[in-house]
Amino acid sequence: MALLSKKDTSLILDPLADNNPITIQVLGICSALAITAELKASIVMALSVMFVLGMGNVVISLMRNIIPSKIRIIVQLVVVAALVIMVDQVLKAFAYELSKTLSVFVGLIITNCIIMGRFEAFALANGPWRSFLDGIGNSAGYGLILIIIGFFRELLGSGTLLGFKVLGDPIEKTGLYAIGYENNGFMLLSPMALIVVGLIIWVQRSRNKALIEEN
Amino acid sequence: MSLKSNLHNLKEKYKGKKMAPAFNAIHTFLYAPNETTHSGSHVRAVDDLKRTMNTVIMALVPVLIFGIFNAGYQHYAAVDAVNGVVRQASLFGNFLTWENFIMGAWTVLPLVIVSYAVGLAVEFLFAVIKGHEVEEGYLVTGMLVPLIVPIDTPLWMLAVAVVFGVVIGKEVFGGTGMNILNPALTIRAFLFFAYPTWMSGDKVWVHQAVDLAGGPDAISGETILGYLAQGKGAEMSYSVSDMFFGFIPGSVGETSTILILLGGLFLIYSKIASWRIMVSAVIGALVMGLIFNGVVDAGWITETSKFYGLMSFAFWQHLIVGGLAFGIVYMATDPVTGAQTNKGKWYYGFFIGFISVLIRVFNPAYPEGVFLAILLMNVFAPTIDHYVVRGNINKRLKRAKNATILPRDGEGKAQELKAETV
Repeated sequence: MALLSKKDTSLILDPLADNNPITIQVLGICSALAITAELKASIVMALSVMFVLGMGNVVISLMRNIIPSKIRIIVQLVVVAALVIMVDQVLKAFAYELSKTLSVFVGLIITNCIIMGRFEAFALANGPWRSFLDGIGNSAGYGLILIIIGFFRELLGSGTLLGFKVLGDPIEKTGLYAIGYENNGFMLLSPMALIVVGLIIWVQRSRNKALIEEN
Repeated sequence: MSLKSNLHNLKEKYKGKKMAPAFNAIHTFLYAPNETTHSGSHVRAVDDLKRTMNTVIMALVPVLIFGIFNAGYQHYAAVDAVNGVVRQASLFGNFLTWENFIMGAWTVLPLVIVSYAVGLAVEFLFAVIKGHEVEEGYLVTGMLVPLIVPIDTPLWMLAVAVVFGVVIGKEVFGGTGMNILNPALTIRAFLFFAYPTWMSGDKVWVHQAVDLAGGPDAISGETILGYLAQGKGAEMSYSVSDMFFGFIPGSVGETSTILILLGGLFLIYSKIASWRIMVSAVIGALVMGLIFNGVVDAGWITETSKFYGLMSFAFWQHLIVGGLAFGIVYMATDPVTGAQTNKGKWYYGFFIGFISVLIRVFNPAYPEGVFLAILLMNVFAPTIDHYVVRGNINKRLKRAKNATILPRDGEGKAQELKAETV
């Protein structure tokens, strides 16, 4: 017997493409705009959300039969908050510089619509294993877009990738800078992140016409 | 066989094929089509999109030619200034010279060529992919772009910006006529935010100033607004007539207010551009300028304030420096992105002038704000139109509600009826 059944596999793979939380459901945009100026920050953010959503989904799923539905939102918030504080503390302890860069946005994972959305839509109605897979899948879909945006914004905006000067040194004029290339400052501003998300959405929908909404 | 019939044959050959729009575009650009409609009713008017665009280009040609001469003039004037020679601008003495023209043409024409080549390439590409005809919308944009950038803008930057502006500013919304933002200003805004060092400062307005910077022959040319923003208004040697006729540094085509004014009159005369927008924008700029002058006169800010230089600048002179005149005449009046209703045009234009001067004074990094103001109002234009239309509907509904409907002749007694509101 395979580790994952066909249904379980689709829990992980669907959110990566045709049911992507950012490009299809258009959730979690704020953090996608705020922290994607560097690839490293995007990756850490993606991993943090993966931890919070994966664990959170399991916890909520385990408690799903004992949570009174009237106060379920507050219970969900407590669970997310606890997990987010764990992530925050770990980052502060082991990656202090990075936690400075991400600043308030780690804390703001609490308000990430994807997390509450998956709790409400999936974990409250499914068992822990499937909820875990769903959490991993959705946060992977979210992380994938974050990393794509982070890649282009850092490469074109700062000329670096993960801090390495892949295009040469802008001050000493080596590599591409020797022939007059310059970094695109617009890429470092949030509006450009929104435009990059828009371009990804455009490409995705023109490749798969079934995704285009009727209006 | 003539070129026309050659092109026509090519067009016929590619009919229904993928590349058809490209061949159609070349044919229609040069000639009237062979086929004309024979039956049915159709509009017989000469002011089609092609002619509209050409009229605007005609209004831009004097500005372009002046820009070419001015590019050369400013370069040689800056070189003279370094050598201690103070130049007094005179139209036939040292302005309309071959020297200026050659230097200017050598720097301005590449901008024009890159702008058109890249922009039209994108237009053709989208027409072929999407299978619609190539539209004439880029003809004016392509001419505006080189006129609103600093003279030494690197050509590859311009090319990147043009691709961005045409794709994000226009094609994603569905092409010519569907865009929310003015594509030329989108291109300008992209350049400004992406490459700020090439778009502001005292080195970008004069040809070769960037190349020579730091060396013994370093030249510079600060715009008038730049002088004022730094509180160095007193060091400026430009007279009001220099500002009006345009012998000042600035983006390629924005300096000569008189030629822009003539172009504007031509556009109003040919009914291409809206005089309401132009007039209200001028009023808006004057009002904001007067408010700032009032603040200075009232003594609310002193000379130590960093806004003093620009705030104390005579209110009417805002119109003849920087890009305000150019923006009002050629950009704000874009029929696609501007307000459509007559009443809306007054609001739209007023706020363009008002906000332009506001940004100009308070923008710490860059003492100019016309392009930002126009883009902002582009976004609000549909909202303005919406409320004007709603207001009109409400007014008429109210009138209908209170109207007395008289009985027809022959019916018995006169009865007052109230119309039902819809």
